[in-house]
Amino acid sequence: MPTEALFWHRLQFAFTITFHYLFPVLTMGLALFIVILKAVALRTKDTRWDDAARFWIRIFGINFAVGVVTGIPMEFQFGTNWARLSRFAGPVIGQTLALEGLFAFFLESSFLALLVWGERRMSRLAHFGCSLALFVGSWLSAYFIVCTNAFLQHPVGWAMGPGEALRLVDPAAFLLNPWAVLQFLHNQAASVATASFVVAAVGAWYLLRREHEEVARRFTGLAVVLGLVSSLAIAFPTGDQQAKAVAKHQPAALAAMEGRFESGPQAGITLIGQPNVAERRLDNPITVPGMLSFLAFGTFHSDVAGLGAFPEEDWPDNIELLYYSFHVMAGLGTLMIALMGLATLALFARRLFRTRWLLWALALAFPFPYIAVTAGWMTAELGRQPWVVYGLMRTADGSSHLVHGGTALFTLLGFMGIDFVVGLAFLWLVGREVAAGPGPPAHGTHAREAARG
Amino acid sequence: MADLWYAIVAGMLTVFVLLDGYDFGAGILHRWVARTEPERRRVLDAIGPFWDGNEVWLLAAGGALFLAFPRVLAAGLSGFYFAIFLVIWCLIGRGLAIEFRSHVADPLWRSFWDTVLVATSLLLALFFGVAIANVVRGVPLSADGWFSLVLFTDFSARPPVGILDWYTVLVGVFAVAALMVHGGTFLAMRTDGDLRDRARWIARWKLVALTIAWPFVTWATAAVRPEFFAAFGSRPLAGVFVALAAAGVALGYFGLWKGRDGVAFAGSTGFIAGLLGATAACAWPALLHGVPHEAASLTTANAAVPDATLRGALAWYVPGLLLAIGYVVLLARLHRGRVRGGDYGGHA
Repeated sequence: MPTEALFWHRLQFAFTITFHYLFPVLTMGLALFIVILKAVALRTKDTRWDDAARFWIRIFGINFAVGVVTGIPMEFQFGTNWARLSRFAGPVIGQTLALEGLFAFFLESSFLALLVWGERRMSRLAHFGCSLALFVGSWLSAYFIVCTNAFLQHPVGWAMGPGEALRLVDPAAFLLNPWAVLQFLHNQAASVATASFVVAAVGAWYLLRREHEEVARRFTGLAVVLGLVSSLAIAFPTGDQQAKAVAKHQPAALAAMEGRFESGPQAGITLIGQPNVAERRLDNPITVPGMLSFLAFGTFHSDVAGLGAFPEEDWPDNIELLYYSFHVMAGLGTLMIALMGLATLALFARRLFRTRWLLWALALAFPFPYIAVTAGWMTAELGRQPWVVYGLMRTADGSSHLVHGGTALFTLLGFMGIDFVVGLAFLWLVGREVAAGPGPPAHGTHAREAARG
Repeated sequence: MADLWYAIVAGMLTVFVLLDGYDFGAGILHRWVARTEPERRRVLDAIGPFWDGNEVWLLAAGGALFLAFPRVLAAGLSGFYFAIFLVIWCLIGRGLAIEFRSHVADPLWRSFWDTVLVATSLLLALFFGVAIANVVRGVPLSADGWFSLVLFTDFSARPPVGILDWYTVLVGVFAVAALMVHGGTFLAMRTDGDLRDRARWIARWKLVALTIAWPFVTWATAAVRPEFFAAFGSRPLAGVFVALAAAGVALGYFGLWKGRDGVAFAGSTGFIAGLLGATAACAWPALLHGVPHEAASLTTANAAVPDATLRGALAWYVPGLLLAIGYVVLLARLHRGRVRGGDYGGHA
């Protein structure tokens, strides 16, 4: 098939999933926040916690709706753009996608409307139950998707045939793929961090403006603590373990992430530098000696393979992007720990809510986790190249061979147009909610509508 | 085992059409039956808590198809490439219309999304009818199990076929009418006053149109694919489903004219379930019928994953399905009765 078509198929999937994931990455973490806020409200009977929960449920509702509509194309695209992959790996990954629909989507969709609009119709405990159902549903959904991705990264539990297709021989091994467990924990920690940064940013904004201070202090304090815990968990143990798994199972990906062309012991970790693929070296590097050996294999002397150890046809096909994605993720992750660490110190010293420069930093830092998460997924997906199922099927063999490049480009442009409009509408709606703030304790929004005229 | 999964996939698609069908129907009728803002809110309140869950049946049915018949999913979705993306874009627009509309109290904002809801609901009903008709008519499968369809050729329904031809468009229009009846009986059941009267009135004359069109569509199917009904006599299930559809029509007349809204809704449900069931029973064992090369058809015999996988999956699929049905029942119980407005979609 012409490579041009392959490029558009890849770009369309990359674009639609990247845009889609901006929404669930927040809602999964936010679901945890809402459960906590409602639990505290139930225990303390302090209505300001209820106000905080109600405010975040409204933001959650808008995010969730956009997550649902941008997520619809994902399942379809396995068939439309990756038909040969679906035929080849479908007997295995069809399981997790079916599981997601049955156990996660039904749960989420049934309780979403009740959570967002139903507070007046039910008891406080029942409404808390709805938030718990959304939390469980969205995290289950994440596990099934991560498990699907983990099979593509590190196939387990399969055998060949009949026909030119895989078959599932060990469902337990497939569902408990160690890669899936690690990636899930890493991913969920990042989701909680994203929600923490967003909640903290809105809270810091209110505190800077001296609006809604009583409610804002409550959710900002919670966000800062959860933000530090989750940012630390992203790096250690989950990120660290994930890197070790990459070193073991995808050595070429690790070499490309680090821009390492030569093999050898005492491998240093690159803090900064530019991969020069044509000359096969890293230009202007600043490295910490022995650190990569230690992080990947546990001793400073361990051998770490460079790209030179692998045939060129098995190299990831975009080494530069992979290298920079990885370093952007790791760099921002470090910054996130530092910022939330400072904010937590200030919180426990009872100075956070008065320290304006720190509030400014929190208010402006919310894009960091979004960028880091996107870069992280790019690292995972580019690192897997040139395989769509690692070691079993090349990406070039997985696309829909009967769909022309121009057709894929046309639908990609369609998605870009739609997502642009969706993004604008989303920002506007969320902006209105933030501007309106954690409303008066009056139940529901009729009062707010009347107040706004 | 593959035949059982054929039944599961067909059953889930039917449930999808029955459930999402009523909110598609309500969406098509939205601007027509609901003239004032309070009335429009009530229409949205009637479908608000349900539509998302109803749509999940499509994704879940797709999941079941992927699980059991990945070759069919791969060939079908890539073969109908353009049509699939039209469906996806309409689903996106429709979801946004329902979710975004109620967040802003501005009349122009609401009017805009109301129209988006009507247009996307109408187009989706049409596309789903066209999709079923394509499966019945057949697609140009090659020997290795792939095909690629253009949007239309000469509209003759003879090879080389396109997605749109006189037959598939006819079935699409029939589907729109059927879902209008279904949405009308649903709204009649869930609302009162003028809104209910208008919904009943539309459902009535659409039901009359449907009764007249049904034999004609059946004749068209026989003309496009003569052997489709050949096995009819030997498949008692097909007969049962046709009887169900006929009973549904009768119930529909009784309910709509006697003012028994629940009975009318049961009637439109029976009609759609019967027609889809009969179609699935006649199409079996083919999931994608090959035309002109019948031998290339993807069937339960050549497109399913190994029996062991299917048997293993059943162990978790059945409990999951029961759970999903439980949610449907729970939601329906929570929201039984006629909506008075201001509960769901009506929020600012």
